[in-house]
Amino acid sequence: MASNPLSTERQAEYWRRTSTLMWIILGLWFFFSFFVHIFAVQLNNIVILGFPLGFYMAAQGSLISFVVLCFWNASAQNKIDEEFGVAEE
Amino acid sequence: MAYEIGKGGFIANLGKIYGGYAGGFIGFVIILAILEQIGVPNYVIGYLFVLLTIGVYAYIGILSRTMELSEYYVAGRAVPAFYNGMATGADWMSAASFISMAGGLYLGGYGGLGYVLGWTGGYVLVGILLAPYLRKFGQFTVPDFLGTRYEGNAARICGVVVLFCASFTYIVAQCFGIGIITSRFIGISFETAIFVGLLGILVCSMLGGMRAVTWTQVAQYIVLIIAYLVPVVWLSTKLYGIPIPELTYGKALQQIAEFEKQFGIAKAHSAAYVDAAGKFSWVEFNNFWALVLCLMVGTASLPHILMRYFTTPNVRQARESVGWSIFFIFLLYFTAPAYAAFAKLEVYANVINKPIANLPAWVQNWSQVGGLLTIRDANNDGVLQLSEFVINQDIIVLSMPEIAGLPYVISGLVAAGGLAAALSTADGLLLAIANALSHDVYYKMIDPKASTARRLTVARVLLVIVALIAAFVAGTRPSGIIQMVAWAFSLAAAGLFAPLVLGIWWKRTSSMGAVLGMTTGFGVCLYYLVGTRYFDMPLWFGIRNISSAVFGLPVAFIVTWAVSLMTPAPSKEMQEFVDSIRIPKGDVKWAAAGVHE
Repeated sequence: MASNPLSTERQAEYWRRTSTLMWIILGLWFFFSFFVHIFAVQLNNIVILGFPLGFYMAAQGSLISFVVLCFWNASAQNKIDEEFGVAEE
Repeated sequence: MAYEIGKGGFIANLGKIYGGYAGGFIGFVIILAILEQIGVPNYVIGYLFVLLTIGVYAYIGILSRTMELSEYYVAGRAVPAFYNGMATGADWMSAASFISMAGGLYLGGYGGLGYVLGWTGGYVLVGILLAPYLRKFGQFTVPDFLGTRYEGNAARICGVVVLFCASFTYIVAQCFGIGIITSRFIGISFETAIFVGLLGILVCSMLGGMRAVTWTQVAQYIVLIIAYLVPVVWLSTKLYGIPIPELTYGKALQQIAEFEKQFGIAKAHSAAYVDAAGKFSWVEFNNFWALVLCLMVGTASLPHILMRYFTTPNVRQARESVGWSIFFIFLLYFTAPAYAAFAKLEVYANVINKPIANLPAWVQNWSQVGGLLTIRDANNDGVLQLSEFVINQDIIVLSMPEIAGLPYVISGLVAAGGLAAALSTADGLLLAIANALSHDVYYKMIDPKASTARRLTVARVLLVIVALIAAFVAGTRPSGIIQMVAWAFSLAAAGLFAPLVLGIWWKRTSSMGAVLGMTTGFGVCLYYLVGTRYFDMPLWFGIRNISSAVFGLPVAFIVTWAVSLMTPAPSKEMQEFVDSIRIPKGDVKWAAAGVHE
């Protein structure tokens, strides 16, 4: 087996796709880590099942999104790997 | 002959083994509950919990002993994603998460949620930026990556120094937690308790290294998550008839808000970014953001967490195990605010403005343990006013079984859970420090020709020395647990995040850039921490020193970037090395030949 299974162009293309995925998830991470909490004071006026929404987002909502983002990253990156034939056997 | 833990037989049967173990543990709790009902005294129950759980961890540690380097350093790279997630969960959740965090939320309200967010969101960064690439790199330690990518001992030594500073404060905090829990539940002195705990840590890590630590951490995760969930699920069922506290504590929040109006409390529990007077405050707002950022980036920089992703069988499983890690951590973190809400409701409904003679039993019990809960009838009216009641954040979780009206056996369970959390984190940290010293300093820098047997002996001797020093320092009772743990995050974030991330994502990063970036970033962070903590230095922009990486992190990135552009680009071989760790398949192309096993 050649030590690098991709040609230079394919390697660049692979890394471009991987980087795009990284930036998308990083953007969502920023959204759920920081951006939504800017509006915590306003969101707290909305109450669902007793939870002020601003409080809920920091206590649960953002956490759920982190779990989803991590699993989504794993599966999306896997698809890229398979498409380029660089997934491990 | 060692028990063949790394072979297919064990790995293929992990589900059965740990399923049986979890069932056995629940059975053990039931037996103790029966013993309690027939009159066995509480201190015996406490002893049985502490000794039996430590005994099981020690047994796993001894079964996992090894004489192979890759088993000792990276558990033979045989840990499936799901179990690595559990082990990371235990590695991650410390005495501070288990015992102090819910109390921090009780006292801080919305402000405390910065910890909940900060201690979870960092895994997204680990998953997208670091874990898969470090796994492909496939060596033993985090400084090893720095030393390889930045060609030389300067980067390696910087890595070891930052790792040591961050992990050592952290491990001292764990030893302290172990001392508190053990001394309280089996009634021995704090100093003795630390050394009992130390034995528990050493027996789990010394013989089997990463392999032993991995499989005890899985066992410890199971104990700690059961212990954390049982009391609060019970209380939720008792109060609202639904056994899902994460859903029902919304009602508690509403009731708390009504009591706050009635008592005239200015700072509401769920109000965001308010000061003590209940007014919106930019200082609170900025500190919340700074804390969340430092804790998240710190998560993605702490070597004892990153090294867990060296142990999966392949890159794909490294990514998946980041998902499982945050899932298992999430289970505890999204429950913690429920603890805080239920405890606050109990205090407001049944303690405040009630006659001191008729306070609930849990208040009377805990007010007798020194300094954790204080009742002082300042105006001598026989009634407990809000200002006369002071509660320490560490007892919210510990007293929950009594608040919920559960038998003592559940208090013992919670103690066992707290102990599991502290021990598992201490194991991981100890291994991170000792491995960096034995692999990076001794083997890579002092004696590269050392034999396997010699390397393993050095690794174990250093492990014992580091553990003894940590226990000794903890015995001097340095300042509060949560404060010291949070220092570790800022130190690691400022020192390690930039060189790790740029080393993978920006091929142009030069050795000189990385070394200067690390030293200046870490230096600024340390200067701010020490200056504000010990030398009355004024705060910059009102940012508390717990978030000092907010200043160190940008410095590290900017210096690394600027110096890299001023120095020659890394060699073609080094760029090929970076390309080769970016794709899961294929061999890693070493820039310098012959130095890697």
